[in-house]
Amino acid sequence: MTSVSTRRVKALPIIIWGYIIWSLVPVLIAVIYSFNDGRSRTVWKGFSFRWWFGDKYASVFHDPSMRHAIVNSLVLAVTTMLIVTPLGLALAIGSHRMKGKSAAAVQGMTSVPLITPEIVVGAALLLTFTRLFSGIPLGYPAQLLGNVTFSVSAVVVIVRARLVSIGSSFEEAARDLGATRFQALRFVLMPMLWPSIMASFVVVFATVIDDFVITSFLSAGVDSETVPLRIYSSVKGGATPALNALATLLVLTTFTALTIGVFGLSFWRKRHGETGGFKAALADLTRMGE
Amino acid sequence: MNKAARLWAALAAPGAFWLLFFFAVPFYAVACVAFGSIDPIFRDAIPQWNPLHWSFSEFGAVFSSVTSGPLRGVFARTIVYVVSAMIMSFAIGFPVAYYLARHAGKRRMLLLLLIIAPFWVNYLMRMLAWVNLLSPSGLFSRFVGMFGIHYNWLDGSPITVILGLVYGYVPFLILPLYATLERLDWRLVEAARDLGATSRQAFRVVTVPMAKAGVAAAGVLIALPMFGDYYTNDLLSRSPKTEMLGNQIDYYINNSSQPQRGAILVIMLSTLLLIALSWYLRSTSKIGKERVR
Repeated sequence: MTSVSTRRVKALPIIIWGYIIWSLVPVLIAVIYSFNDGRSRTVWKGFSFRWWFGDKYASVFHDPSMRHAIVNSLVLAVTTMLIVTPLGLALAIGSHRMKGKSAAAVQGMTSVPLITPEIVVGAALLLTFTRLFSGIPLGYPAQLLGNVTFSVSAVVVIVRARLVSIGSSFEEAARDLGATRFQALRFVLMPMLWPSIMASFVVVFATVIDDFVITSFLSAGVDSETVPLRIYSSVKGGATPALNALATLLVLTTFTALTIGVFGLSFWRKRHGETGGFKAALADLTRMGE
Repeated sequence: MNKAARLWAALAAPGAFWLLFFFAVPFYAVACVAFGSIDPIFRDAIPQWNPLHWSFSEFGAVFSSVTSGPLRGVFARTIVYVVSAMIMSFAIGFPVAYYLARHAGKRRMLLLLLIIAPFWVNYLMRMLAWVNLLSPSGLFSRFVGMFGIHYNWLDGSPITVILGLVYGYVPFLILPLYATLERLDWRLVEAARDLGATSRQAFRVVTVPMAKAGVAAAGVLIALPMFGDYYTNDLLSRSPKTEMLGNQIDYYINNSSQPQRGAILVIMLSTLLLIALSWYLRSTSKIGKERVR
């Protein structure tokens, strides 16, 4: 009897390491080929930085269209993050405290985007911006509005989880000591919400910089091309390893943001005497808490 | 309304109105395009903003194409691809999440990081990686070529598309699965074993009922985006032989002069998912009731 179960458990590490290799090695190979000296993304011709910066015209750091895509991606991700975090924060606090039917309606509306496929949102917004709110041009303005709309709910989920774990006793104590409701919110609750604000910044930045569907539906040609759009449009053509380098840069950017987030969060937790540390910070960023 | 209620409503208002304008209204706009009319000369869709004047003739045409026309294959293919990809994702994801939650021991942190990594590697980068490997001169094609297998993986191959979906979405399954399994009260399983259940019986009678709701939720989390996926297919195949519903929506909304058809397909997709979702919600609430009993 025991031999059966131990055998089964012994097979599991093989599965898990097999999975890790399968999920990461193809990506690593793509990263390695960004250092290929040849023009091909599949045939190795030796190591060089040609497609990173060596080539004066076609490398990531010199190709004007790639540089343009990088700038577009960063601008879109940072501006979305700055707009959506306060919007979602206020919505989370307000809807968490509201009571009755209006509270249920608001909470229902915030959870629908979480289960809607992106293609539905992208198509709906495209039809709206071209036929109803035609004052909003496609390209960056539409992409910004679309990404804010799709990320609000994620911020609400992150902040609400924190609100639940804080509870209402701290605010009540402040109120008993004479603080107004607004003061209790501003000076007691807000400082305690910092980890969820940080987590929102990082999650929204990383999601938007990686976003493809909404950004693609609402783009207006080459001018508003972001890095994922650029990868999509050139994967099947005869693109050089500069495309691998561009994709590697995107992955590095996401990972840098997440690393800053994880260390920032675990530092905050440690300073404020909260338990969990590194692992809790990681959970905050991967939304494993739900 | 007292002062406090006003403060909370004022805080929620900007976000709520944002979602109303940019989420709820666009859904209405889709319906207005889908049930509107078509310009007789330019074939462009003319939205009908008044629901009383909605026309369902084009919707009927598309619907009969789904039941007995050319769209039938697309719908059937979408369902077959997504269901196969789901089965394979669970076959891979469940053992990984189970091991991570139960047996990882000292290495758990390292394994967790390695398993989170693909979650945050850009989806298109992961597809680019496979396009490189599977192209005729790619490493994978050359490797299997040594064994005499010569196959064009990137030209309308259903296997490539299904495996591409699995590769793309399995990281999004593993993390919520892990979160579910980690929170289970495994002492109950030990208790069942102590009381004489075999490991298989304990799994079936104790583990499965405890984990069912969380596992189903994780499945829904990847099934919904898979049903709307079009880019995986586009990058790995771009052939009418493997076309899915998402490809049709993308085509009609973005690349054609018939956005009305696209709008109708968006409504059909949403309805399909809504039915699946309400079925899921009903079955999970049943699980909840059983547990209370």
